[in-house]
Amino acid sequence: MKNITAERFTNGKPNLRRFHQARWDEPVIFELGQPGQRGILVPEVEDEIKSQVGDALAGIPDALRRKSPPRLPEMSQPAVLRHYDHLSQENLGVDFNIDIGQGTCTMKYSPKVNDQLARMPEMTELHPLQDESTVQGILEIMYRFEQILKEISGLDRFTLQPGAGSAAIYTNVSIIRAYHESRGESHQRDEIITTIFSHPSDAACAKVAGYKVITLYPDADGYPDLEALKAAVSQRTAALLITNPEDTGIFNPKIAAFTRIVHEAGGLCSYDQANANGILGITRAREAGFDLCHFNLHKTFSTPHGCGGPAVGATGVTQELAGFLPVPLVNFDGQRYFLNYDLPKSIGKIRPFYGVAPVVLKAYAWVMALGAAGLREVAEVAVLNNNYLMKKVTAIRGASAPYAPGKRRVEQVRYSWQKLYEETGVHSEELGIRAADFGVHYWTSHHPFVVPEPCTLEPTESYSKEELDEYADILEHVAEEAYTDPDLVKSAPHNSTVHTIDPHPFDDPQQWAITWRAYLRKTGHKQR
Amino acid sequence: MTKKKIVYPFIPNSVPEVKEQMLREAGATSVEEFYADVPKDLRLRKQMNLPAPFLSEYALRRHVEGLLRKNRTTQQCLNFLGAGCYQHHVPAVCDEVNQRGEFLTAYAGEPYDDHGRFQALFEYCSMMGELLEMDVVNVPTYDGFQASATALRMACRITGRTRVLLAATLGRDKLSKIRDYLKPEIEITFVEHDPKTSGTKLEHLEKLLTDDVAAIYFENPSYLGYLETQGAEIAELAHKQGALSVVSVDPISLGVINPPVRYGADLVCGDIQPLGMHMQFGGGHAGFIASADEEKFVMQYPSRLFGIAPTRLPGEYGFGDVAYERTSFAKREEGNEWVGTAAALWGISAGVYLALMGPQGMKEIGEGILLRSRYARQEIGKVRGVRTDLFTAPHFKEFVVNFDGSGKKVADINAALLERDIFGGKDLSREFSWLGESALYCVTEVHTREDIDRLVSALEEVLA
Repeated sequence: MKNITAERFTNGKPNLRRFHQARWDEPVIFELGQPGQRGILVPEVEDEIKSQVGDALAGIPDALRRKSPPRLPEMSQPAVLRHYDHLSQENLGVDFNIDIGQGTCTMKYSPKVNDQLARMPEMTELHPLQDESTVQGILEIMYRFEQILKEISGLDRFTLQPGAGSAAIYTNVSIIRAYHESRGESHQRDEIITTIFSHPSDAACAKVAGYKVITLYPDADGYPDLEALKAAVSQRTAALLITNPEDTGIFNPKIAAFTRIVHEAGGLCSYDQANANGILGITRAREAGFDLCHFNLHKTFSTPHGCGGPAVGATGVTQELAGFLPVPLVNFDGQRYFLNYDLPKSIGKIRPFYGVAPVVLKAYAWVMALGAAGLREVAEVAVLNNNYLMKKVTAIRGASAPYAPGKRRVEQVRYSWQKLYEETGVHSEELGIRAADFGVHYWTSHHPFVVPEPCTLEPTESYSKEELDEYADILEHVAEEAYTDPDLVKSAPHNSTVHTIDPHPFDDPQQWAITWRAYLRKTGHKQR
Repeated sequence: MTKKKIVYPFIPNSVPEVKEQMLREAGATSVEEFYADVPKDLRLRKQMNLPAPFLSEYALRRHVEGLLRKNRTTQQCLNFLGAGCYQHHVPAVCDEVNQRGEFLTAYAGEPYDDHGRFQALFEYCSMMGELLEMDVVNVPTYDGFQASATALRMACRITGRTRVLLAATLGRDKLSKIRDYLKPEIEITFVEHDPKTSGTKLEHLEKLLTDDVAAIYFENPSYLGYLETQGAEIAELAHKQGALSVVSVDPISLGVINPPVRYGADLVCGDIQPLGMHMQFGGGHAGFIASADEEKFVMQYPSRLFGIAPTRLPGEYGFGDVAYERTSFAKREEGNEWVGTAAALWGISAGVYLALMGPQGMKEIGEGILLRSRYARQEIGKVRGVRTDLFTAPHFKEFVVNFDGSGKKVADINAALLERDIFGGKDLSREFSWLGESALYCVTEVHTREDIDRLVSALEEVLA
């Protein structure tokens, strides 16, 4: 037999995978099934009930009765399962790829045991309004997890209610607003300051809550601009919302001066800790002078992203602000865990009940598998991985890491392909689509593109050196293609589930189709 | 704890030799160099004070299982709690699909990475569109509270007005959320309800409806479980003044109950937790918003909207973001509200649920719930000192049970029921003090006749 293995290497280096994404050419679900087929049967009502209460719709006025059944698919159970299994295979989760291309999203491994624990009936089959004596276990987990977050941040109280990072940012802004109201300063303080390299939701949530948004741009070296902050701060300042390290991966060394200047003007400081992964156990919100912060449990704390939620944005504050947190908080009286609604200054409810408890459970289990030394190891290895990868990526023709020359980065790097673009005409976004041909994600940046032709990579602690090498090799290969065969890159994808999508319908009200029924109407197509 | 070096299973490069090699290649002697920008006085000098870890998976599992076993579940006890979180049967295929790693661990890839996610969510929106008979449905937001609050903000943007009218029977938690979210510029006024039927008092609505009102918002069924039978009249009054009718609906009712668009609703919203999500102590919520396919509506959604489009290959479906420029991803504070991670996986699960149920399943489950809950209302109403006829309007799966005639407090009754392994209905005595000692009971397809009869005999015992 010939040596197959040898042919998988060139000059001692593994060849790139000849990847092809699953391609089922799957129909839209409305095209599947047959009239009369059933996917599941519902429990039958006992005859005794029927004879006692009569017709189901008795008492429902005619105008409220549905006359034509919803045109849902009619499918057998295996057909439904197969359809969704096909769709799932046409999707690329962390479990399947070197998922370092969605920088700022902290796409780390989600331990399977945590998912299994969260699927136990003692978690899934709990109603949130059960008597507290019957939910001591989950309340204890929420309480314990809050103690962990207090230690990680140095802040004094946390709510686990907000449904993700942006909801947590909004919660913080609402607390800030309530705080200034309580001091009679809400009319005067109508501005919130953020930076362009903080998440768009820092600006957007401030606006929703009624604030004028001031966005600071970086100084020439890419650091948040202290002089610009000084110029922006005034008696109108309600708060500073800022990420650190920012989405560039650069840690703001003057962060304590930022919070001091805002405090001196009477404003509060809220820390968007979306990029906390690389600084766990290294530096904290309290020492940097923050009054509020939030962590994304679906990022830093490993809970799976679920295609975009469910998630938790754990929101922490100092003792001074604890009274403004949403109700209820989980308290412990030494014997029993209980829900504390006694917060007269509370902003009220941010979501139903107490937050996404199974996500809290998974995050708790993740921390309990690591401990303090393990969390420190998470941070250090994530940062090592990032700087190792930066060395490799910046060596690729056409790539650079703008700002702070010669300096290291923390959790991620926002790279630029500006040089490659100038030399080849290939955009960063096109490189990303071509990278998908090799089975990996690639993301540019939030808008606006302050860094030209951006690309943001965040390796986290979850990937091995070999995997980082493989990702860098893919980028290098795609960049070389841009120089030697730009059309190959520009015409990508070639190995994806689908071919290039016509973008025109998405921005044309006459053509866009957000549901199948709208599609049928706009194309004149008749279903079956 | 021993001091030996731990190689963590989730951290491949925690092998010391690998670390050293990587440091060398990165041109560093220690990870400390990477933290050079963190000022010394901001450095945490000691190890964090956290509980000792359970390093083995077995030890961790034992620890967490031990905590969870302190809970008592709705499988161990007979549950009649609802009030926004509902015990319905979750089909096995819903769990099978949403625990697949391809969906569970994906996030925000482009359509060329994550075609499956785009198609599954487009299909979820499309099936919701059929249930609601509306052409536009969003990718899920966090929960029904957020959907309601956002729908009201959308109504204000669409009409250019800043006052909304809310039905007085709204649950206090949802109201709290809406109040917080509409601050500071949107004013809230309450429309009185008819104390007999529980429905909206039309005369009062008419009086409040001036040409500065953006929307009238009500729930169908209401928080208290009753159906609003005057939806068409409400919409007509609203439209006459240029206001929108915004209706929150329980989607599991829509196999038998008319979708709100049939009685004039302009924006429809709600929570999809009943459609295939376990209760999870309140962790199964996801919100939907729906409207007609008109540009003036579509351009006001903050959420992502997924659309279908052709690809370069004839006959191939592609998907992508519709009108992305309206979002905060594109325009930061100039976008509509904000968009971000919310509850997409529950949207996919609800799609699976609707595909399994089909039109016949949705009809049967709606009928079954109506029959069982009506039976429960009748039988509970026969217990001495108990009334279930406080309101005359038809109910769907929840209804108010009043215990004033028994001289007992709901809290005490529920404590006695708990001793009999029954979770009684939600105590309303503080939330709606004008209802006296009342509780909100919820009955769904999971309840058998025997379950209901067991509750009734327990109540007879407790109140005897």
